[in-house]
Amino acid sequence: MNWSDVGDAMFGGLADYGDILALVQNSIWAGAVLGLVGGLIGVFVMQRDMAFAVHGISELSFAGAAAALLFGYDVVTGSIVGSLVAAALIGWLGARARDRNSIIGVLMPFGLGLGILFLSLYDGRSANRFSLLTGQIVSVQNAQLGWLIAISAFVLVALLLIWRPLRFDSLDPQSAAARGVPTTAVSLGFMLLLGLAVAVAVHIIGALLVMALVVTPAAAAARVTSGTLALPLLSAGFGVVAAVGGILLAVMGTLPVSPYITTLSFAIYLVCRIVGGRRGRVTRLAR
Amino acid sequence: MTDAAETVPQSPALPSPVLQIRGAGLQRGERTLWSGLDLDVAPGELIAVLGPSGSGKTTLLRAILGLEPLSEGTIMALGVPVRPGGRGRKGNRRVGYLPQARPLPRDTAMRGRDLVALGVDGHRFGLPVTRRVDRDRVDALIDAVGARTFADEPVGILSGGEQQRLRVGQALADDPRLLLCDEPLTSLDLANQQAVVRLIDDHRRTGAGVLLVTHDINPVLGKVDRILYIANGRFMLGRPADVLTSPVLTDLYGAPVFVLRAGDRLVVVGAPDAEDSHHHHHHDDHEAHA
Repeated sequence: MNWSDVGDAMFGGLADYGDILALVQNSIWAGAVLGLVGGLIGVFVMQRDMAFAVHGISELSFAGAAAALLFGYDVVTGSIVGSLVAAALIGWLGARARDRNSIIGVLMPFGLGLGILFLSLYDGRSANRFSLLTGQIVSVQNAQLGWLIAISAFVLVALLLIWRPLRFDSLDPQSAAARGVPTTAVSLGFMLLLGLAVAVAVHIIGALLVMALVVTPAAAAARVTSGTLALPLLSAGFGVVAAVGGILLAVMGTLPVSPYITTLSFAIYLVCRIVGGRRGRVTRLAR
Repeated sequence: MTDAAETVPQSPALPSPVLQIRGAGLQRGERTLWSGLDLDVAPGELIAVLGPSGSGKTTLLRAILGLEPLSEGTIMALGVPVRPGGRGRKGNRRVGYLPQARPLPRDTAMRGRDLVALGVDGHRFGLPVTRRVDRDRVDALIDAVGARTFADEPVGILSGGEQQRLRVGQALADDPRLLLCDEPLTSLDLANQQAVVRLIDDHRRTGAGVLLVTHDINPVLGKVDRILYIANGRFMLGRPADVLTSPVLTDLYGAPVFVLRAGDRLVVVGAPDAEDSHHHHHHDDHEAHA
């Protein structure tokens, strides 16, 4: 592969960019909503130290989607079922961080193995196979995109409604319980929302790369701000920029979307680290 | 004096107690941590709860908050029965709760005022829009605990004492008439211990009853009205001078215990740990302070 091939792969579609954008319009919307939701829920993933759980949920989500593919069910439904089962198991069995990590460590390879088994038994279009692991949002059908957007919107609204009790529980579960916060219900609710968000992310950037939209934006934002409002807003903004920017860049050529999203997400994180480091400590940007 | 709960006689003019415990008992598996506990906390009274680790002090506070069931007995907090028959809400917003000063991680994405704000609206579901009245309340609490200068800093970079002052602000959000403190002074330096004790004492002077679990009586010795000393499945209740004596604690532990006075500090020597006493191991000086 020489440089002109690379150029073609990256920018070959530039001549028809307007037409391509019209075609992938719904994908861009789905990316935007997921970026927003991923950025917001990522704030709590960080506060509750659950990055590993995100990874565990995404592998079971992948297994669910692969099973749905093999048995001829709807792939989005399959990924949601897998995700929710994982989220419920982790939430139920792993109340304490140490238990949680070992349970995730047990679930994750099992889920990934099941998924690979289902995929190798599946004899349909091979393009579908790896898109679950590494994502290809532009190949998702419009009807499914509608579902992905609707699920993301639901997660967004539900997350806002439980925002304050969830924040209290994330910081200090004992005091939250003392103040009458139903901590068990709030934790479980959060796990289910996380499960839904991860299931959506699996279709957009793939099971292996979910963390680029659910963990990285929040981690980046936390480097430069600790404001209650600034942190989630910045994190959500980073998520949207990475997701939408990744799709916009990818459709210029023939390369998959995911590497663009993960690279953008990582670049934002790097910049935030440098900016945050230069300030010497975490400083608040705005109220 | 043995394990009977000797409530200090209260004059009939006193207003009704903010906390009433009757015949309370706690079991952990086969083991009875304590039983037959009667305790009244009057408005404006500060009671310290002492005893070796594992003696069920924290569980007592959690039971008062309705977070954990007693094995037997009843609790009335602020005139309301706590989870009668195991029903009703867990937690109690009318009761203040001040936890141990666990330092928050450096990168905690929260400013000082947000820690206080959790006490004001942290329990509320619905869109997270801060109401003006809530913001004013948070400002008032920040002033009340002397946290104005660091309220807008990220909590992670604040000292343990500053964080604990903010937690006091959080605990006082609803001006609770009953305040429960669980080791609020642990891991604080002397100056900050005194600052936090002063805040607790100030609130007590507004007429609130305070139950304070501690392993070191010295920082609060001058402020305490009564002491509830739990050890060896039994307990003693009375004024500090009556409870913190060598004969009383020796009788309570069933082993030789010495209360020594070093300057204005009290040191309890020879008190076995709760678990240890059941396995008949004795560690002298294990619990250096009482």
